[in-house]
Amino acid sequence: MYDLASAALDTAKIRGASYADVRVMHLRQRDLTTKNGQVGTLAQSESIGIGIRVLASGAWGFASTDRMTREGVAACAAQAVSIAKASALAKRDDVVMAPEDAYVDSWQSPFRKDPFEIPLETQLALLLAADAEMRGVKGVTLTETDMQFRKIDSWFASSVGSRIHQRKMITGCGIVATSFQGDEIQKRSYPNSFGGQHALQGYELVESMDLLNHAPRIAEEAVALHAAAQCPQKTGTLILGGSQLGLQIHESVGHPVELDRVLGQEANFAGTSFLTLDQLNKLRYASDIVNVVADARPEHGQGLGTFAYDDEGVPAQCTDVIKAGQFRGYLSNRETAHLIGLQRSSGTMRTESWNRLPIIRMTNVSLLPGTWTFDDLVADTDDGILMETNRSWSIDDRRYQFQFSTEIGWEIKGGKRGRMLKNPSYSGITTEFWNSCDAICEREHWTLWGTPNCGKGQPMQTMGTGHGASPSRFRNVRIGTAFSEQ
Amino acid sequence: MTMTRKSGAAAMPKAGATRELRSIIDTVLRLAKSIGVAETEVHVDETISALTRFANNAIHQNVAEHTVNVSVRTQVDLRTARATTNRIDEDSLRAAIEASLSLAHSQPKNPHLLPLPGKQRCRGVYRFIRKTAALRPEDRARAVRRACDLAVKKGQTAAGIFSSAQTQSAMGNSRGLFTAYRDTHAVFSITMQEDSAASWAKENAADVADIDPQRLAERASEKAHRATDARELAPGRYTVILEPAAVLDLVGFLFYDFAATALQDKRSCLNERMGKHVFGKNISIVDDVFHPLQLGAPYDGEGMPRQRVLLVDRGVPKNLVYSRASAKAVKKKPTGHGFMLPNEYGEAPMNLVFSGGNASLDQMIASTERGLLVTRLWYIREVDPYEKIMTGMTRDGLFLVEKGRVTSAARNFRFNQSILEMLRNVEMLGPAVRATGEEAFEMVVPAMKIRDFHFSEVTKF
Repeated sequence: MYDLASAALDTAKIRGASYADVRVMHLRQRDLTTKNGQVGTLAQSESIGIGIRVLASGAWGFASTDRMTREGVAACAAQAVSIAKASALAKRDDVVMAPEDAYVDSWQSPFRKDPFEIPLETQLALLLAADAEMRGVKGVTLTETDMQFRKIDSWFASSVGSRIHQRKMITGCGIVATSFQGDEIQKRSYPNSFGGQHALQGYELVESMDLLNHAPRIAEEAVALHAAAQCPQKTGTLILGGSQLGLQIHESVGHPVELDRVLGQEANFAGTSFLTLDQLNKLRYASDIVNVVADARPEHGQGLGTFAYDDEGVPAQCTDVIKAGQFRGYLSNRETAHLIGLQRSSGTMRTESWNRLPIIRMTNVSLLPGTWTFDDLVADTDDGILMETNRSWSIDDRRYQFQFSTEIGWEIKGGKRGRMLKNPSYSGITTEFWNSCDAICEREHWTLWGTPNCGKGQPMQTMGTGHGASPSRFRNVRIGTAFSEQ
Repeated sequence: MTMTRKSGAAAMPKAGATRELRSIIDTVLRLAKSIGVAETEVHVDETISALTRFANNAIHQNVAEHTVNVSVRTQVDLRTARATTNRIDEDSLRAAIEASLSLAHSQPKNPHLLPLPGKQRCRGVYRFIRKTAALRPEDRARAVRRACDLAVKKGQTAAGIFSSAQTQSAMGNSRGLFTAYRDTHAVFSITMQEDSAASWAKENAADVADIDPQRLAERASEKAHRATDARELAPGRYTVILEPAAVLDLVGFLFYDFAATALQDKRSCLNERMGKHVFGKNISIVDDVFHPLQLGAPYDGEGMPRQRVLLVDRGVPKNLVYSRASAKAVKKKPTGHGFMLPNEYGEAPMNLVFSGGNASLDQMIASTERGLLVTRLWYIREVDPYEKIMTGMTRDGLFLVEKGRVTSAARNFRFNQSILEMLRNVEMLGPAVRATGEEAFEMVVPAMKIRDFHFSEVTKF
């Protein structure tokens, strides 16, 4: 693959590029789903191609092709240079990139069981058995299960001499029970909604989820929700389960700290950010106990934001985003780092595939564990609501005002978990919410959740991000707003 | 197997002719037959697209891609599965067939699986515009430059995209079905920012000549200026005037509920509601791929011809759309709205056309004692699937209307609003236009004046 990459770099240089980098990528994916005891989707795909990014006349150009011959990539590189020169017709300043060393390396994400080597019959049998367990519960009207596996090889080469091969194995799985009764549809998912849990792991992730044992429980909860009390509308104490808190981090911390948003580069689509440059090292983002990092390093865990190098050839790093409640850092790339006085990119350029330009992306944006056991947290809460498993999520285009709803809630009274609540929701303003955090559970309760479906960029790219979180408590939160009436 | 892709200098790639796509299909069918596959279906899709992206009054990203995907579905003994590749040499195509077969053999039989359809008669549509296909990066850059120059002149900041694409698709199967389609597509979208305010305009069309980037830039610029000094209003129920993009992005969440499979799965808000007065009498909706403002192939993922379907007649949901399987389950005819198999969702209407009215935006404003004019909506998600309560934000231009005229800008609101209730409360309709937003696929929808729209909270800008 490096021969083709080098041919592309050579052509770009001859055509006038002052810098070029190339990603050859080979993506393989398998999707399995079941619905109501029948196989739903059963599909496999592979895609291989090359994406060429060049800097010419001080402006960017990018072209991609799946024609993997020397002639094909040379034409593609020439097209990229031509596009860059067209970009220069409407440039303001020449692009300046923070320096970065050249690296020659190879890395593979660790996994124990290659899911593409596990017999399909075994995988389907597990899904169908979980499906059957859910259908065995009276009142369940729809059952769904899924597994997804991806193997991604990428070969990065740059005109400054980097040659980096990375192989990532990604696994995801989940189950859902839905119940329609009267005028209400209720749903429960495990281990998370919208496709379940996803991680940079092999088939061992599926085995660790124990889908079969959880299937009857979530089916029973989906049915029981119909008879549960409606979540009240009030201002009060909220405890968020880990997966819901992971999405809260994603939306109200991860996106606002993306420097391309801050600088207006996403103003037309994904939006901008309230975290203007004057806020760095000054804003009290959260309470003292809140520490958030963006950590792509393998030692942080096997998350969807874990890698050895980003797609700009920058080594994985850990960046303090919030430290003891103070706003400390953005996610940057080589082009934007110098604009905020950094000497180096924070290593967050990522691409969905060979035919997409790398853009600034979350890596693993995680809330570091606190000190509480979950039992102590509940026992310490006199009057509150525990909410688990996301049902809807929405936040404004500058990331101030959000509203989330979850599949299920539990009343907490006098330090004990009480009755089930249906249709739970909460809302708030980002910094007010994070400043109201007064308890975070310890590492034993911490999970690196995977968000496989983060959309950003034009053309749109979908990326997986990781979010470590443990159950946490927030005070004076607006609860029940999604179903409020004036 | 090679396709026509000129390698000359910096020329844009050219799409292969339909006969070349057919040649790939024929190769797959021949290879599949040679290894004894009972039934085979092949889709070939080729896309050549380019997108120029600008922000801070300059181009900052500028991309192009050329992709070909071949997707093979084999069917043996009541089992089926799909394998997709972007390599079109014979060895790779054979590998895709074998991968599909291997997947298919691994599952239990599905007694409801239908044999592949035979030849179909499909009405043609012509939506390929050479001028759009020939658009060059320099053409896009010059248009962007003019829009950015306007922003600089007005003391504003522009961000957006100018894109163009050509796609062609073909599908065939071992029972003799063959059909093909190609189109072009151009999009210009612009956000103008002034101080802390912003506004937005966007259009898309098969013919780039139907898009006037400078007119859109001027519209966004003028609205961004009017959007400054936004007032904070109290949340509550307001009369709203939703511009077509706002209507589109909200009602776009309704139409998966018109899938017969969704009703059979009891996940549709239309369960127990078909044939009842669910919406106002001024709401009628058809799905019509042949409408002059629509784009898209006149056949579905199974190769069935798309039919015009009356979904809502004067407020009453009348008909659903059907794939072959969901139709057979209830002894109906397929309507040509099925997704590629295998899948668990069945089908959906994809070419929606609302019956509009005659009211202009100015007339809607003039008739409003107190209300809000909404440019677009953002981050819309479903809160309640049966009552179809959606949440989301207003964005890029919310304006207070008092005594028949726009009096000021307003800070953005969060809404929690049932679409079903909303479509019972429509007081005025504009002419239906091809609208484009960011949350839903394009449809032909009107601007709407709606009473009692529920805003639950306000944000800080």
